Amino acid sequence: MQSFLLFTLILLSIGAYYLGRQRAFAVAGGHIRNLHSLPSFYGSYAALWCGLPALIVFAVWAALQPSVIIDLVVAGMPPELRELPPDRLNLVVNDLKNLVSGNIVSSTPDPAMLEAANRYRNLQVIGNASLWVVVMALAIAGVAYAWRAISPALRARNRVERVVNLFLIISSTVAIFTTLGIVLSVVFESLLFFRQVPITEFLFGLQWSPQTALRADQVGSSGAFGAIPLFAGTLLISGIAMLVAVPIGLMSALFLSEYATPRFRAIAKPALEILAGIPTVVYGFFAALTVAPLIREIGTGLGLHVASESALAAGLVMGIMIIPFVSSLSDDVINAVPQAMRDGSYALGATRSETIKRVLLPAALPGIVGSILLAVSRAIGETMIVVMAAGLSANLTANPLEAVTTVTVQIVTLLTGDQEFDSPKTLAAFALGLMLFVVTLILNIIALHVVRKYREQYE
Amino acid sequence: MNNPTPSPVPATPNRDIKIIVNAGLKRRHAAERRFRWYGLIAISLGLAFVVLMFANIIGKGYPAFWQTAIQVPIQFDAAVLDPDGKRDPQALANADYAALVRAGMRQLFPTVQGRLESRALYGLISSDAAYELQRRVLQTPALIGAEQEIWLLASATVDTLIKGNIDRTLDQSERPIKDNQIEWVDQLQAAGKIEKQFNTVLFTSGDSREPEQAGIRGALMGSFYTLLVTFLLSFPIGVATAVYLEEFAPKNRWTDLIEVNINNLAAVPSIVFGLLGLAVFINFFGLPRSAPLVGGLVLSLMTLPVIIIAGRAALTSVPPSIREAALGMGASRLQMVGHHVLPLAMPGMLTGSIIGMARALGESAPLLMIGMVAFIVDVPKSLLDPATVLPVQIYLWSDLPERAFVERTSAAIMVLLAFMILMNGLAILLRKRFERRW
Repeated sequence: MQSFLLFTLILLSIGAYYLGRQRAFAVAGGHIRNLHSLPSFYGSYAALWCGLPALIVFAVWAALQPSVIIDLVVAGMPPELRELPPDRLNLVVNDLKNLVSGNIVSSTPDPAMLEAANRYRNLQVIGNASLWVVVMALAIAGVAYAWRAISPALRARNRVERVVNLFLIISSTVAIFTTLGIVLSVVFESLLFFRQVPITEFLFGLQWSPQTALRADQVGSSGAFGAIPLFAGTLLISGIAMLVAVPIGLMSALFLSEYATPRFRAIAKPALEILAGIPTVVYGFFAALTVAPLIREIGTGLGLHVASESALAAGLVMGIMIIPFVSSLSDDVINAVPQAMRDGSYALGATRSETIKRVLLPAALPGIVGSILLAVSRAIGETMIVVMAAGLSANLTANPLEAVTTVTVQIVTLLTGDQEFDSPKTLAAFALGLMLFVVTLILNIIALHVVRKYREQYE
Repeated sequence: MNNPTPSPVPATPNRDIKIIVNAGLKRRHAAERRFRWYGLIAISLGLAFVVLMFANIIGKGYPAFWQTAIQVPIQFDAAVLDPDGKRDPQALANADYAALVRAGMRQLFPTVQGRLESRALYGLISSDAAYELQRRVLQTPALIGAEQEIWLLASATVDTLIKGNIDRTLDQSERPIKDNQIEWVDQLQAAGKIEKQFNTVLFTSGDSREPEQAGIRGALMGSFYTLLVTFLLSFPIGVATAVYLEEFAPKNRWTDLIEVNINNLAAVPSIVFGLLGLAVFINFFGLPRSAPLVGGLVLSLMTLPVIIIAGRAALTSVPPSIREAALGMGASRLQMVGHHVLPLAMPGMLTGSIIGMARALGESAPLLMIGMVAFIVDVPKSLLDPATVLPVQIYLWSDLPERAFVERTSAAIMVLLAFMILMNGLAILLRKRFERRW
């Protein structure tokens, strides 16, 4: 229904374009040189007048209509329904919506609900019809205005370009609004959380069990929100990942840039970068179904107790995932070291590996540190591997064979499932998200700063 | 007294250095060789992981493209299907098709007696068989009264047995299939009534609790709608941002702020975008949960930085002489960009966008946050229907213990990887075909 209206509007705008162009030809007496702008600009001018105001009204209307209708319907309900507390009222409204869309409702609807549903439907029909009328009227009025306004002296190009420019500027602010949206949503919910749980308990508490009690007398459901075990688990898994990724990634980068023949490099570098393109859910599947059982088997063979969701499995696979980040970033940095420095070292009689260890690595160190920091921030924020291969229980341990949980795992488990939005349980997820955002942001800023500062030295 | 002095360095220490150097040479060369080996080992390890993962997943997943079927003689008994003989579609749809399947199985094994035995016998056939018969009858009502040999889907346990993934030597209490069932399956196999057919169900149906009926079509359509929204939003906005920053923006604090923002957004963990989607799109704007529209919105915010960064690189690679020539001919700045710079930069921008879309296709963490993780049987038909996407479907299936689901998960991963390879291949092709050196 609404998409049909949108389609009609687009068709009208296309029509307006040709109309405007023809009008321009007509007012110019058939000679384009009499016009200020090219005829196509007059066409665009008309099309914009036809489409843009109507589109804006359409968007605002479509966004507001549902809530306005709900308010009207609720206002018309009998007082015993209208004066329910907000959360109960929400349930009633949901029932109402189901009733209107013809879904199965839990209980047999009472006459008041049926009447409200009827009002709802009526209002919807009226709303949609008036939307059509208003949008079409605006579109036609726009075309009429453009038709009258088009004259040889009209600066159509400048006007159209101003609109396009505005579109470009608005587009470029989307990035800012995204950051703003992230910060505001995460901070706002976190503040709500910290009103219920003191921030010191969250940051320094050693107990994490977010199950809050439904009844006061339930056992073991006090709801403890000490996030230290999560931070420790995250660090443990990221640490294992870095132990895998840094040596392999760095050595691969050194080999590819210093030893490998161009042909080998041309094949091996993209092949290694395949690892970066594989979706993380695939790594998670690999970790949970292949690596974890393997480690468990080896461990039991050696007489060790290995948890089936050991930190080692998740960390190992995460390390594999991060190899290409470390290797390609370090590769860039190593290649940026001037050839003269290598030549100088060779001229003194150093071997290649000595050149690498004594000259290349010290020169490239800031960049390599930067790339490792970026890889760490990637590891901390990685979600699917740990959700699928790491545990759920928050153990405070440094033993990689035990199951630990991470910040991202807890965010996912707290937010999938039940939908109350004001319990400390769901709000805790946003507090964890805030921590994640802040830590990765700091890591990225430091890394980018280090890399940039280092680059300036040689350019 | 300007006699040329002999070499200031005495001969003996010189030889000493040579000796020292020569003595250390062996050790240094060994260290050199070792270092080289470390490098080679590191890169081989990296490449071995690539091969290992692909081999592992393909090895697990390729059997899922075949599925066991059993040939059963079905008597489309008019007394069961259409007792009053009116061919009323409503009555035909509600008839007891399972009874036909049961009768067919009894016909295959007339000796089977007793309720338990019969139940075990019927268990060989998937519960989908009845719907299959229903579909056939509704399509051609003329079938009623006829008898036909029909290939029906076997149950997942039979499928697993046929594929050799059940240990027959175990005691029957320890495996999902009983001794008598194995015997029947062997008899059927000997009679040529069991066959592995191409698994069309995998591509034509939505999710299901029964492994043999579960398919990825719902997830594929969900991915399609989600990516459609992502592309429609992120491509125009990304290109517009890149053009503005590269061609129009004055260099001031404001544009610096935008640039810093874009670079930071590119490194924000994807799950944080999920939190944003949950708090803003679902709770604040009240958009429906699990809808591809919301998923697309979230993913487009994630993909934007990728497209913007690629777009700016493509724009800077267009030489300034093009711009100056256009301006010199009297074009306005917008005409210069629209007619000349943008078309030249477009291949690079498209390449970047396709790579960004491929990444969005594989992304699942933020979609978990906005509820695209539900068990959804129906194939989504619009942007607002509840849906899931391919990576999330993989995540959901990977939790299920049945062997048949492990197989299907791997098959779904293969399909996902095939799409990613396709998209990345397209990007490489585009770059090769249209890349221009100035």
